[in-house]
Amino acid sequence: MASDKDTSGRSGADESKTSPSKAASRAPRTVRSGSQAAVSTAKRGLVALAVLTIALAGILIYGVTTDRTGWDPKLALDLEGGTQMVLSPELQEAQDGQEITQEQLDQAVEIIRQRVDGTGVSEAEISTQSGSNIVVSMPGVPSSETRDLIQTSAQMAFRPVITTAEGTPTPEEQRTPVEDIPEPDAEPTDSSDPNWVTPELVKEFESLDCAAQRPQEERKAQDPEKAVVACDPANNAKYILGPLEIPGTDIDDASYGMANNQQGMSTGQYAVNLQFNSEGTETFKELSERLYQIGQAQQGDPRSQFAILLDGTVISAPSMNAVINDGSAQITGSFTEEDARFLSEQLKYGALPVSFSIESEQQISATLGSNQLRMGIIAGLVGLALVCVYSMFQYRWLGLVTISSLLVAGLITYFAITLLGWSANYRLSLAGVAGLIVAIGQTADSFIVYFERIRDEIRAGRSIPAAVDHGWKRARQTVLAAKAVNLLAAVVLYFVAVGNVRGFAFTLGLTAIADLLVVFLFTHPVMVLLTRTKYFGGGAKNSGLDPEALDAVPFYRGAGRVRSPEDSDGLTIAERRRRQKAAETPGDGAADGADVSGGSSAVDQTEQTEGSTR
Amino acid sequence: MSNRLARFGNDLHSGRKSYPFVEKRRLWLSLTVALVVLSLLIPVVKGGFNLGIDFTGGSEFTVSGIENTDVQTGEQAVAESSDASGVTVTNIAPGTVRVQTEQLDDDQTLAVKDSLQEAYGASDDQVTSNFVGPTWGQGVTQQALWGLLIFVLLATVLMALYFRTWKMSVSAVAAMMATIVITAGVYSLVDFEVTPSAVIGFLTVLSYSLYDSVVVFDKVRENTKGLLSGAAPEERAKRTFSEQINLAVNQTLVRSINTSIVGILPVGAILFIGAYLLGAGTLKDLSLSLFVGIIVGTIATMFVAAPLYSWLRGLEPAVRDQERKVLDARQTDGAPVTADPVQAGPRE
Repeated sequence: MASDKDTSGRSGADESKTSPSKAASRAPRTVRSGSQAAVSTAKRGLVALAVLTIALAGILIYGVTTDRTGWDPKLALDLEGGTQMVLSPELQEAQDGQEITQEQLDQAVEIIRQRVDGTGVSEAEISTQSGSNIVVSMPGVPSSETRDLIQTSAQMAFRPVITTAEGTPTPEEQRTPVEDIPEPDAEPTDSSDPNWVTPELVKEFESLDCAAQRPQEERKAQDPEKAVVACDPANNAKYILGPLEIPGTDIDDASYGMANNQQGMSTGQYAVNLQFNSEGTETFKELSERLYQIGQAQQGDPRSQFAILLDGTVISAPSMNAVINDGSAQITGSFTEEDARFLSEQLKYGALPVSFSIESEQQISATLGSNQLRMGIIAGLVGLALVCVYSMFQYRWLGLVTISSLLVAGLITYFAITLLGWSANYRLSLAGVAGLIVAIGQTADSFIVYFERIRDEIRAGRSIPAAVDHGWKRARQTVLAAKAVNLLAAVVLYFVAVGNVRGFAFTLGLTAIADLLVVFLFTHPVMVLLTRTKYFGGGAKNSGLDPEALDAVPFYRGAGRVRSPEDSDGLTIAERRRRQKAAETPGDGAADGADVSGGSSAVDQTEQTEGSTR
Repeated sequence: MSNRLARFGNDLHSGRKSYPFVEKRRLWLSLTVALVVLSLLIPVVKGGFNLGIDFTGGSEFTVSGIENTDVQTGEQAVAESSDASGVTVTNIAPGTVRVQTEQLDDDQTLAVKDSLQEAYGASDDQVTSNFVGPTWGQGVTQQALWGLLIFVLLATVLMALYFRTWKMSVSAVAAMMATIVITAGVYSLVDFEVTPSAVIGFLTVLSYSLYDSVVVFDKVRENTKGLLSGAAPEERAKRTFSEQINLAVNQTLVRSINTSIVGILPVGAILFIGAYLLGAGTLKDLSLSLFVGIIVGTIATMFVAAPLYSWLRGLEPAVRDQERKVLDARQTDGAPVTADPVQAGPRE
């Protein structure tokens, strides 16, 4: 880089003496601090960018070597394959007319997450969307069990058992005729009282087939004030249950682990631990006293059991073998770890009075996902190649600056996306990929604005380094204003829009920032340094900055000597040009002085620049 | 061609060559109004847009990577596994079949998926299903409209602050609106499917259109600086206000062409791959709306934003005064100014 090649042309007068033509080496040289400053600013910019890039790379390398993240950006479901469901929460009738609060929604997300995790689906992502929906994304296709679990509203209830039977319907001929069933002879005294059982209930109980699917509405319609029938599909059992004793909302917490015997030794069995809140503790104490007594009075009496129902289905029906005063119960049985965990999850989060309906569901096969990713990448590369070819065509060797700038912007974007995937779990979707590809054009436009500006300045007669300086001042402003619009659009889209749009907006915003970084810290510094080379600074034929090709006015050869433009050899174009020049030159004496015209034009340019940059 | 475009750029820069963007503003603006009205009428006459299932609600299945893409196979498979009506089976790309039905419930969706898989001899991996409730699309549209409104308001304020005149803001936003309406009109006319991805594309077009206007208006501002206060250098003061605007549009014409080409190239690449290799989907829908929108947006900046701005400013007495003075001076001076390129239009 020959920094003494030219001056930066700070003033109009000085300007007129610098050479814009290829004869730069013959022009009087004044090494000025301004030029030096521009070069060192340029170098500082490049160093800053290098530091930033190396820092990003360093963080990523650290993440990869410590196995915390990978080289590849994380992919969203539409590229990786999987299922995405959009759920909208529905409040139970009791709370009709109420809006779902953000808190409830967050709670719901937490519950669904736990439920999905509970089914062993890994890497499921659950998030809220625009404050009203829940988006569940998971790899693969969910089992119908998982789907149900996600949608299920958690109406949990504790009811005492009155009687039980196998889950199959009693054969028609063995059923008790309705008229033979005794009507209850007294008002029931407590919820375990067999007097709750009416002939209708017995009839319903006997005909109940637990293998048949019952619509969810029917199961939900259990009157908390009355005895009901219910199934335990897992154990093929059915029950007549007394009125509701404890609602699920009285559960404080649940967990599972190894059960301990009275000596504190592990029994090797899994147990589910249940903790009630203060209200639940009180009710459960009474319940446990009553059921324990029944159990003591007659071993194996089903009435010593209580049933835990989730949406009308019995998920567990343990018998009470102790009086529990502190609201801390332990359910044991032949649990596998899986069973225990599942039950504890259900208990823990079963209390939410919100259900979900599937608004939309998308299942994308892994093949299609990777196919789309591949196509997206191909499209991106083709697009990039086309842009590169076009800019080489348009800007000749200057096109290399565009290409390298695009590559640097691409590199920064890659780091940003990969690191965001690591730190914020950002996942690149197909719309995001499209955003990246679209950004190629928008990024390249910053360079186009800049280059066209430089060319305008050269056309106005500036030396190339001066044109870069002045062009930059104007282009910088335009690029900043234009990118502000892009960023604004990206931010608004991101915050307002839903789903796919966000991924797209995110990449658009990200690339706009990357673009700004690159223009300021790479493209402009590189231009400044390039114009200090003989090739670009001298405006060689294919440099893209050739003043001759750009029709720069006025032309000089050396200091103040006019070189007649090639096309002023008596052609009509030349006449036109002269008239043009005359029109642009203040005063009629334009003819005698290139100095005058050049000088005034330069002064005017300078004013313009300074005036507008302020 | 490069040289020719550079020369073209040179001529535009000096004003030797000039297109009457501003001079014929009456023509361009009425043409735009006509196009906008037409674009608003087309959907009315045609009975709306070709809305994707995200807006209408329904179920969609895509079977990809299969050899037999017979449409009837799919129709039969759907008929056997569900009682769905409104079944359309289309071969959207090589080896890819898309099945759309009315909205199926959860169980039916799974049943249809299974039977399609069997019918086409595909594996679980090759079938994609999509089920959309009717309210989902409404939500998306509503959010998109909110986004549009907020963006337009903020952008208007931002530009008014930056350019220090609301008239530039209004002109740029008007051009943007024209862009979006005309793009929508094209969509309705050609019956392109409107999907959420296409809506994303539309929203991006908004940003693109404004972006383009900002670049052009920046030059306009530079060219018209000091014209009214008389602070402009003598040379610049020789052109009328609207001539300076026109010069600015011409001077940025090469940039506008380059920008839209550079913008269109990657979008075209996505469009080609999306449409011919993948069939309908995010890539195609998004790039198609961008493709149409970028072209319309670039044209709108030149033919709507700048002419509208000059018209708005032309209503100001100060601007009229300046124009009158310049024209008067030209009358009395005679000679070179008659050759003013803006006055004369492109010569040759």
